[in-house]
Amino acid sequence: MSIFVQIFQQKSLRMKWSEFFTSSVGRKFVMGLTGLFLITFLIIHVSINACIFADLPIFNENDNGSVFNRAAHFMGSTILIRIMEVGLFAGIILHIVQGYMLELKNRSARSVGYAVNLGERGSKWYSRSMGLLGTIILLFLVIHISHFWVKARITHALEPVTYNGVEMHNMFEEMKMVFSQPWVVILYVLGCISLAYHLAHGFQSAFRTVGVHNRKYNQLLTSIGYGFSIIVSLVFALMPVAMYLGWVK
Amino acid sequence: MEHYNMNLTLKVWKQKNSQEKGRFETYQVKNISSEMSFLEMFDVLNEELIREGREPIAFDHDCREGICGMCSMYIDGKPHGPWHANTTCQLHMRAYKDGDTIVVEPWRANAFPVIKDLVVDRTSFDRIMQAGGYISVNTGNAVDANALPIEKDKADMAFAAASCIGCGACVAACKNSSAMLFLSAKVSHLALLPQGGPERKNRVLNMVAQMDREGFGACTNTGACEAVCPKEISISNIARLNQEYLGAGLVSEK
Repeated sequence: MSIFVQIFQQKSLRMKWSEFFTSSVGRKFVMGLTGLFLITFLIIHVSINACIFADLPIFNENDNGSVFNRAAHFMGSTILIRIMEVGLFAGIILHIVQGYMLELKNRSARSVGYAVNLGERGSKWYSRSMGLLGTIILLFLVIHISHFWVKARITHALEPVTYNGVEMHNMFEEMKMVFSQPWVVILYVLGCISLAYHLAHGFQSAFRTVGVHNRKYNQLLTSIGYGFSIIVSLVFALMPVAMYLGWVK
Repeated sequence: MEHYNMNLTLKVWKQKNSQEKGRFETYQVKNISSEMSFLEMFDVLNEELIREGREPIAFDHDCREGICGMCSMYIDGKPHGPWHANTTCQLHMRAYKDGDTIVVEPWRANAFPVIKDLVVDRTSFDRIMQAGGYISVNTGNAVDANALPIEKDKADMAFAAASCIGCGACVAACKNSSAMLFLSAKVSHLALLPQGGPERKNRVLNMVAQMDREGFGACTNTGACEAVCPKEISISNIARLNQEYLGAGLVSEK
């Protein structure tokens, strides 16, 4: 067959949705988009939960979690946010399933490994361990959801508290109880460390995957990514620690 | 630098063909000059092996001046050896000292099956190129070189991408055996220039589809490819490829 015939017979510009989303770049696009979506969720989550620090002596020692309880009540009782919650679970599940599928595909691309590995000479350990870090976060999430989300949304097995005549769950008390056990605190801190490293690579990688290629933006986003992963994870980790050590009561 | 001779221990991957399982074999090489290239050291060893009636080690090489992309040794865990932005043929023995042990492996990727010893089959790269790494040029008189204005920055970026020699070090170094640095260099080279315009969308869609068919992994932006590339191809090209692909895939007419 001549080269001209080959060129003319070549597939013309046509891309079905199924082809797009099952290609390696398409799958990564899903990972990047869901990753960025989960990053926006983390901003909301950490902001709402940081309301527990309203009880710190420098703010209002007699708060006793009322700011946090009302914020949590708003999140649980607002229909729009409950609808977004469905989207959140869909996003998490998509990110997990797609992540494992890619991990399997990528691992199967090299059947015989090297005797001597490139290791740290080429890339950071956490960028090569996104599957492992993600798995630790997933295990943490199972425990975390059973600690709080299931009790608040499904079984309603929480003490009631009333502010301005409105009865709501006392999530603050629940947090204090859960974080009174040292092994839970250690588990949560480990979860937060995994999250920090997962984000340290994931934040900037997600932007590259969705096509941001300008060097000045990539450099900026890498710096913001490091800052974001450290700050968010640190604030999250401080919550169980602060409750265990009695900084907030 | 002062000249010196050295004795070395080599642990080299020996594999009869793509079907049989390979293994490491240990060789002692003596009186190697610090001014030899790494491949010349292999030539000396092979001459010795032939003299002894043993089978020489098969390895790829061609130009031996760092521009053809044929040499492909994974030396002590790094494609093309310890030096930065360098090919195996341009690695010189002054990088080593007397008594060193050097481990030499072939590129490892299922899309690059071992043909023999250190020689791997990289025709998967050729098929990716055939899927879209070309431009249409009308016959007739050659167009004046300056007829098409191209801004300097873009010409420079296209040139930097075009310097990819297709050696496959990026695939060898990548934990996912991904060919994305190679592919992104080829796509960026043409996407940045007006001559690449007519096939721009087809090119990226077809080349990615071919890459997936060849069994390369997906990119996770670890940066190992960029770190080992003998031509210092930037990983930004991969992000540009992503943009090209998303643009073509999501906006296609049919």
